[in-house]
Amino acid sequence: MGDTATLVREQDAPALLSIEDVSVVFNGFHAISHVSTTVGDHEIRFFIGPNGAGKTTILDAICGKNRIAGGRIMFKGKYDLSRMKDYKIANLGVSRKFQAPSVFPGITILENMELAAANRHSLYSTTFLNLKPDQRDYIRYILDFIGLYDKCFDYPTRLSHGEKQWLEIGMLLTQHPDLLLLDEPVAGMSRRETEHTAELLQRIKQECSVVVVEHDMQFAKDVSDNVTVFHEGKVLAEGTMDEVSQNQTVIDVYLGRGGEK
Amino acid sequence: MVETLVMQAFNGISLSSILFLAAIGLAVTFSLMHVINMAHGEFIMVGAYTAYVVQGAFSGFGDAFGLYVPVAIVMSFVVAAALGAVVEKLIVSRLYGRVADSLLVTWGLSLVLQQLARNLFGSANVGVEVPSYLAGSFEIGGIALPYTRIWILVIALACLLGVYLFMFRTRFGRTVRAVMQNRPMAAALGVNTRRVDAITFALGSGLAGLAGCTLTWIGLVGSGLGQNYITQAFMTVVVGGAGSVFGSVFGAGFIGIGQSIFEFLTDASLGQALIFLAVILLLQFRPKGIFAVSSRSLEDE
Amino acid sequence: MALTQSSKTQRNRLVLAFVIFAMLAVVPAVLPLFRTTLIARFMCYAVVALGLDMIWGYTGIMSLGHGVYFGLGAYCMAMYLKLAAAGGGIPDFMQWSGFDALPAWWTPFANPAFAFAMVVLVPVVVSVAVGLLTFLHNIKGVYFSILSQALALIMSVLLVGSQQYTGGSNGLTDFDTILGAPLASSATKVALYYVTLAVLVAVFALCFFLVNRRIGKIFMAIRDSENRVRFTGYNTAVFKVFVYALSAAVAGIAGALYVSQVGIITPADVGVAPSIEMIVWVAIGGRGTLVGAVIGALLTSGVETVASETFPDLWNYLLGLVCIVVVLFLPGGLMDLPRVPARVRAWLNRSHTGGAGSLALAASCPADVAAVNVDPAFDGAPAMQPAPSPAFSDDSSDERDPASSGAHAPTAGQTSSDSASASRKEA
Repeated sequence: MGDTATLVREQDAPALLSIEDVSVVFNGFHAISHVSTTVGDHEIRFFIGPNGAGKTTILDAICGKNRIAGGRIMFKGKYDLSRMKDYKIANLGVSRKFQAPSVFPGITILENMELAAANRHSLYSTTFLNLKPDQRDYIRYILDFIGLYDKCFDYPTRLSHGEKQWLEIGMLLTQHPDLLLLDEPVAGMSRRETEHTAELLQRIKQECSVVVVEHDMQFAKDVSDNVTVFHEGKVLAEGTMDEVSQNQTVIDVYLGRGGEK
Repeated sequence: MVETLVMQAFNGISLSSILFLAAIGLAVTFSLMHVINMAHGEFIMVGAYTAYVVQGAFSGFGDAFGLYVPVAIVMSFVVAAALGAVVEKLIVSRLYGRVADSLLVTWGLSLVLQQLARNLFGSANVGVEVPSYLAGSFEIGGIALPYTRIWILVIALACLLGVYLFMFRTRFGRTVRAVMQNRPMAAALGVNTRRVDAITFALGSGLAGLAGCTLTWIGLVGSGLGQNYITQAFMTVVVGGAGSVFGSVFGAGFIGIGQSIFEFLTDASLGQALIFLAVILLLQFRPKGIFAVSSRSLEDE
Repeated sequence: MALTQSSKTQRNRLVLAFVIFAMLAVVPAVLPLFRTTLIARFMCYAVVALGLDMIWGYTGIMSLGHGVYFGLGAYCMAMYLKLAAAGGGIPDFMQWSGFDALPAWWTPFANPAFAFAMVVLVPVVVSVAVGLLTFLHNIKGVYFSILSQALALIMSVLLVGSQQYTGGSNGLTDFDTILGAPLASSATKVALYYVTLAVLVAVFALCFFLVNRRIGKIFMAIRDSENRVRFTGYNTAVFKVFVYALSAAVAGIAGALYVSQVGIITPADVGVAPSIEMIVWVAIGGRGTLVGAVIGALLTSGVETVASETFPDLWNYLLGLVCIVVVLFLPGGLMDLPRVPARVRAWLNRSHTGGAGSLALAASCPADVAAVNVDPAFDGAPAMQPAPSPAFSDDSSDERDPASSGAHAPTAGQTSSDSASASRKEA
């Protein structure tokens, strides 16, 4: 039982992402039960909560990695993501970053970016078509921003953990997503790298919405517009970081345990 | 008509029991180590040749000849297990995580083992003489069920019981299951995973040797014996699903009985083709086998 | 602009390929005729190996049943050749089986154009069917490999069981002419040799083209992490079916060329064992390099012929041992040889600093660490790029500060790939 702060948003346009009464069940275990929340345009939303609360599971459900057992997930008010295949969801403009950096080590950094940047995915276009100049320019711009331009002909195996995270985020950005799902993007990063990532997210916000699953509370405080707190597969509270930090139930369950920074 | 059906059913069950014996070692080592042992068939062959040698050693003993069978059973298990331990130490232990490579390396090993068998025992197939108490058939109604096949069924059931007790009722079995489910965690808890692998691989190979011994009762032994069963053994593992021992029972049953039915309805070669189609259809609904264990990582969906 | 390490490697491999093709081109002028036909046979194998490299070396799908497609192409061609030899009548083996008329589905094969088309179409249709039944339902990795092996088994079983239609275990043989030209004449043999060489070069060129386009990168990405490719928006099943069908078509063409020159095709050529041997060619030569596949096929079958002539027993030991040793210690195959000195140096360095070293140069992780990074995508270690076995080195221990992510002294616990690349930077 928790307080739910009201979120201010445009009431007329459909929300970018609407998670409606979603449940996910694994072999009888309810990973997520009747979760509902919405994410608006140009919003940075953090999903926080203890491990096992269901944060990654909900991201999996959005991008099509999991089947949901009940409810639906609406995108832009007209696409039911819960019924769509993973690659089709990606093509709609939902890009997902996974917890462990998953770039492609067998091809160069530049090739990684080009793969992601292409918006034509057929056999024909991948064989015969080249990227357009504005796509190439955008790739260069992003590589520059994440500091990997000089290494673009190298292979990702030579990168540090943090650099791989950025490469993966960079790859997602080249797709011009409308919704970016980031799973622990600053895990393993230094303070400096985390700040750089925060800056990146503020810039990205101008083009799309971002849902971030994170444990770093400072990062959440610095970057988020709103926060949804998960606990044992349910939404515990929602609101700005300040509001949520003062929520007694949240403090009891999560913040007050003295765990996070 | 009823007699033919019963006979066919029995043949199906008999084939299933053989497949189970042939595949159980493979299933366990694959679930545990993600190593595909292409030489598994040759462990079966080693067991069969061991039985042959034991039989030969006993042939001068007159009345005591019949005693060779229990000795052969034990020896074929032991010899195959010993060979398995050596192979694990020298070769398989270097292949952790390299599934594709394990297939190739063990295939090379199978070539070597087959050639060794030809050099040691000749290229011709050899027969093993079955003692009198195993010969003949159990007559019921109008049907004759060969004792050898009945005994193979008994041994397969005994193995199933043994594997079950080992995996679920012993401390070591629990350790094996722990490593199967979460290797790094087991290692972090102090389990010597290498030792678990070595012992399990040896035991799995021993079971293959045992299977080979039973095969000598129903056919000839040659260097190609393993090759005759390896593909079907793999299919059994695939149908049952990696990570599940009882999956192998189901897989063996599905393929053994299914193949018998199809053979009965059509003919030998078409029967094999049809069961293969049935397996593909089955995998449509369960791509990782019937009883597969699922995982949360990106790659293992 | 200086060439990067990888494009230098690419260029070297291309040069190597040209050298090999040039040598193959002069063979008929230099060697006696029967050796020429022998080498033509090896070239057929090399064509299969190229297709297999595309599906396995680059896309990471280990097909243990490519003998099926090789066989389908060969049998289609053989049917045409058999009918040509029968001169409008019924082939001998059918007469012996008591047929007095040609089965309906055999008749169109009298037309060479039809037969040649079938050589490509039949493998493609079968492979697309198999692909749809497997890739669309996410059957992959080990499961797919075992199914493909079963497919090879089924194919040989069916061939043997249909004696009256396929010649059974004797197969199809006793051919006479091809397109009117007598198969026994040296002119025909030399012509066929050059046709095979032309096909080899053409297939190589096609594969090289695809590998360097974006589609080739997608194949490699699928090998590395198929799910990730899907979440990037690609329907990977389509790409997998495509490359599988391509490799099947290539194998079919190779089979047709094979049977035309060797003069016989039997179920033993298309079953489980030859299928695995095809993979072994690619593994020994170097998967994911194209020219490695060619070299692996030519070299392995060449040595096999020589060895079988002199020491038939020894060949099995040799092949088995080479397989074991190469895959254990040189997973990039022969194409990895140039890197061996650097790796040995790195291994020696590691021993000096007290790192836990094992002789397995390539896998070079202590068993438990390697177990953490269990190779889930069931791929072969790609040999194209400087760092070997990249599937392992992603997450293991690279928590370095980005400012110093360049050359660094090898420390205990690092994989040899890092040390090797460090030493290469200085070289």
